[in-house]
Amino acid sequence: MSAGADVYPGGVAGGGLARGGGLAAALTEEPEHGPSKRIVVAYGFWIFLISDIILFSALFATYAVLTDATAGGPSGRDLFELPTVAVETACLLLSTVFCGFAGIGAQVRRNGMYYGSMAATFVLGATFVAIELHEFATMIAAGAGPDRSAFLSAFFALIGCHGLHVSAGLLWLLTMMAQVYAKGYRADIRRRLLCFALFWHTLDIIWVALFSLVYLVGVAPR
Amino acid sequence: MSTSNPEAHGDIAPGDELAPADISHAIRGYLVGLALATLLTCVSFYIAQSTLVWQPSIPIALSVLALAQMGVHLVFFLHITSGPDSVNNVMALAFGLLIVILLVFGSLWIITHLDHNLMPMERLMQMQR
Repeated sequence: MSAGADVYPGGVAGGGLARGGGLAAALTEEPEHGPSKRIVVAYGFWIFLISDIILFSALFATYAVLTDATAGGPSGRDLFELPTVAVETACLLLSTVFCGFAGIGAQVRRNGMYYGSMAATFVLGATFVAIELHEFATMIAAGAGPDRSAFLSAFFALIGCHGLHVSAGLLWLLTMMAQVYAKGYRADIRRRLLCFALFWHTLDIIWVALFSLVYLVGVAPR
Repeated sequence: MSTSNPEAHGDIAPGDELAPADISHAIRGYLVGLALATLLTCVSFYIAQSTLVWQPSIPIALSVLALAQMGVHLVFFLHITSGPDSVNNVMALAFGLLIVILLVFGSLWIITHLDHNLMPMERLMQMQR
């Protein structure tokens, strides 16, 4: 049935290929029909990222339910320091922009732009993780560790899960730099790079939710 | 090259290829995103500490600002747009959002009621006083 074919992604992306036909032909390896492999890979990875967002929303729901369960211990108002959070936010936002520049650099095959932007992304991401670890260490030293109250358990689980994702992303970033160095801007390497960029941008989106709804709402006057 | 089609510029799905001629345009897209995200972040940090806004409304204001910033990130950084190649991405995102909303608001709704119904006697007395 020909009507059914229009529903399939190939039908939807057909217009896109017609649009980018000249380029697709130039870079070939792409089939004439159906969506390009990059778009299919990006879509598959996007599905994974959405499942990751759902994981975070479960942790976030836990945190939201337990915000007031401080068991007589410190609350967010006593613990959160906004200047630190502002620096963390700036680091992650700038690193996500540099990650975008690295993707552009890889697509137009400019080594300086690619390696420079990836290095900047790494430094900013590592700074973020370092600041967060320092924040955690300070809180635990002050007796506000995850064992203090349900609120703090949920807080460490939520923010810690994001921090783990960023740390894993940093490892992935180094791997991508090494792979481009060893294998060049091959089509499969650039697809992996695309997935990494999607991952990194998504982590920043999750951080937007965290700094707004955990830190800022936590210290806002009530 | 057909990618220099002006209509195509704003609507690049994740995975679309980029022509070398489009490089400055692509960079500008990220810089616009950065500017908007910075603006929204600054407003969020300002509102959280100021007395400008009616205080009970602050959490709602922050939520709205966060949603707006997530939208900026989706469009300018992740390139989830209205382009023809992005239809599937948008559909998946819409379904993901449905699950997220059910999870977060469902949990809050149920647990708030549970908390209210299972309130310890002392707290109930305090509230009645």
